[in-house]
Amino acid sequence: MINTHDILETINMIQDENLDIRTITMGISLLDCCTGDAKSTCIKIYEKMTRKAEKLVKTGEDIEKEYGIPIINKRISVTPISMVLASGKGNPVLYAKTLEKVAQTVGVNFIGGYSALVQKGFAAGDEALIRSIPEVLDVTDHICSSVNIGSTKAGINMDAVKLMGQIIKESAEVTANKGCIGPAKLVVFCNAPEDNPFMAGAFHGVGEPDCVINVGVSGPGVVRSAISKIPNANITEVADMVKRTAFKITRMGQLVACEASKRLNVPFGIVDLSLAPTPAVGDSVAYILEEMGLEQCGAHGTTACLALLNDAVKKGGVMASSHVGGLSGAFIPVSEDAGMIAAATSGALTIEKLEAMTCVCSVGLDMIIVPGDTTAEILSGIIADEAAIGMVNSKTTAVRLIPAIGKNIGDTLNFGGLLGYGPVMKLNTASPAKFINRGGRIPAPLQSLKN
Amino acid sequence: MRAIITVVGKDMVGILAKVSTVCAENGVNVIEVSQSILQDMFCMIMLVDLEKSTVPFTDFSDNVTAIGNKMALSIHVMHEDIFNSMHRI
Repeated sequence: MINTHDILETINMIQDENLDIRTITMGISLLDCCTGDAKSTCIKIYEKMTRKAEKLVKTGEDIEKEYGIPIINKRISVTPISMVLASGKGNPVLYAKTLEKVAQTVGVNFIGGYSALVQKGFAAGDEALIRSIPEVLDVTDHICSSVNIGSTKAGINMDAVKLMGQIIKESAEVTANKGCIGPAKLVVFCNAPEDNPFMAGAFHGVGEPDCVINVGVSGPGVVRSAISKIPNANITEVADMVKRTAFKITRMGQLVACEASKRLNVPFGIVDLSLAPTPAVGDSVAYILEEMGLEQCGAHGTTACLALLNDAVKKGGVMASSHVGGLSGAFIPVSEDAGMIAAATSGALTIEKLEAMTCVCSVGLDMIIVPGDTTAEILSGIIADEAAIGMVNSKTTAVRLIPAIGKNIGDTLNFGGLLGYGPVMKLNTASPAKFINRGGRIPAPLQSLKN
Repeated sequence: MRAIITVVGKDMVGILAKVSTVCAENGVNVIEVSQSILQDMFCMIMLVDLEKSTVPFTDFSDNVTAIGNKMALSIHVMHEDIFNSMHRI
């Protein structure tokens, strides 16, 4: 029999350290639903998605019970709707409402893919879809949207950057009476991955199979607890400990992914090795950094600790899974992480430090609440900076900012649930308006010329 | 399939008896048991075989955890594979 220590370690990880499978995400291609007409396309979308995902939630719940491991979310990602819209035309909101109906029928937590990929320019359907995002995020509850505005290969589409600043602001304004929830469901990407299972940025890329299962694991609490057991170790030993822990966490993700794939008769895509925090105390990435020896997250040294963490998670996880993909690394969403919330509230963590941290973490400026009177140009400036980091470093970067309408620096905005809460953070208010209004495209960097 | 049952809680008379009774009632065969007392805390680990179980796994799991709730013990029933995949390469 497996030894007692190992058994108790696993139980302890789940019971006390918040180890869980964050999401089972089913990717569904909608390309074969395009009929050239909006109404019949939506009927086909509804029919295909409800058929493919009919048993997704039930299967997730069965695995959860049988293996005794919590599976927090069951989600669906679809082909970027802008492509479907290019063929079907009509009002884009119609497609979003169809997806919302699917979410309610099959009982998933979120559907991602109300998306457009415009890193090099706008194709048919792209601009109409982007302009409809504020309304869609207002009239639906389960739909997540993302827009890819740059990539290492294509450069940065500054017209899209400008537009997205306005869209974020408008999304916050139209949902002001719902705690500005709109922009919390909207991600602006550079180098968006096509197999990401995590929301709000999930979509089903065009290179993906017809239907696929991707799994995202989580477990910042487990990593923190493992490091706390070696308080006097040197940093090499800390890195090794993170690797060992990440390996164990990922093995569980691989097991669940294979099992879900088998039971649903859908091919297994990837395991995303991310450390995804929740607002629950003990499920925080910031606390891992603090456990490494920082007084508070945001202190000088934070970027180095995060770099070590991000790298060790990948090294440990990569051998534990047959296919690794998605974002894979440490997430640093401010409002979803108890330690980040505390650090931002006390002033130890600033937007500039967060930007530096995004150079070495897996995503970007995530779930950051900014003053409601922030101009669209400043939001665009932040997007451009973040996209530049992603473009030059050949990594995914993302921006998910929430302008808190009617609130100012130091006030708190609360979304509830996994999206959490956080303080309104101070931004640099010097205007980048002229730069943003120039439009055009930042050329792809030399790094793109690898052939 | 095989599963691992873990029981942790305050030691009292009849824990092993009650858990194994539920196993027997559901046609679940106990393969191995290890138990220890750590500072008044009772800790038992059972490896069981559900091949000839008369009820679905989830029902069996509910039945076992129901005793846990009654006796204020923390009981988990988990598929053996989760431990194998996490701790063995």
